[in-house]
Amino acid sequence: MTFLFELLIAFFLIVSGIFGFVGSFGMIKLKDPMSRLHAPTKATTLGVGGVLLASICHSVLLEGKLSLHELLITLFLFLTAPITALFIAKWHIHRHEQPQDLPDAGEDEIWATHAVEQVEDVPDHSAN
Amino acid sequence: MKLLHRIFPHPHLTILLTLVWILLANAPSLNSLVFGLLLGIIIPFVTQPYWPDRPILRNWPMVVEYMLVVLWDIVMANIAVARIILFKRDADRQPNWVCIPLELRTPEAITVLAGTITMTPGTVSCDLSAQGHNLLVHCLDAPNPDQVRDQIKSRYERRLKEIFE
Repeated sequence: MTFLFELLIAFFLIVSGIFGFVGSFGMIKLKDPMSRLHAPTKATTLGVGGVLLASICHSVLLEGKLSLHELLITLFLFLTAPITALFIAKWHIHRHEQPQDLPDAGEDEIWATHAVEQVEDVPDHSAN
Repeated sequence: MKLLHRIFPHPHLTILLTLVWILLANAPSLNSLVFGLLLGIIIPFVTQPYWPDRPILRNWPMVVEYMLVVLWDIVMANIAVARIILFKRDADRQPNWVCIPLELRTPEAITVLAGTITMTPGTVSCDLSAQGHNLLVHCLDAPNPDQVRDQIKSRYERRLKEIFE
């Protein structure tokens, strides 16, 4: 029976390893900055989720005690990861996108990032 | 009743904080329960001025359904995005901006929707329109932006509307 449990734990670890790898590989392969933003959101969901599931399974099945503070890591990741992504995306829109390049914002006419005055005298990093 | 409301401005937050503290301690005991309750009472009381409104959850079974749908979509979307990254040539990929007109009006509901869109791989919510009526979403590979918009509206927004409004 212990063997089956270990098999299950190993399965979760391998799944998380694969998705963690694909997420990192995506950072290299994808060329534009907005697409690169997609790779880390993958690693935080299934990549971290797999390790946490394996950890819960290990403590419950093999050590015989309930350990659930892994759930908190999931909770905190789900609270913080979207905010980081939003900040990076807003920076990109602010520096590299013109209002006419984005889709129409409907009745509001302009996206919130463009609704502020553009800063002119900052150094331009778009060349690299 | 009014006094009770003054002492417990956010009853849900009190329960959530107590639960989080017990999970943090990782050993359910009377000790951690009492201390968690203390934190659960003090923190909402102190932060009350910054959070005057109470979000109301109208449909609890729908909350559970929403969480299950999102978890399922995260797994499915992870596999789909992994296939795009590993097997699709970068030139064939069609990254796209999608504008999603929002029917949701409560800030909490829009926050949850934007967070959900970011956490499901393949889509990242990037910006709100100036008055908060539209959501700008970036898709990793979307040959058909309208389909993405309809899917987000029917899968997530419809359920969130039932939960929050």
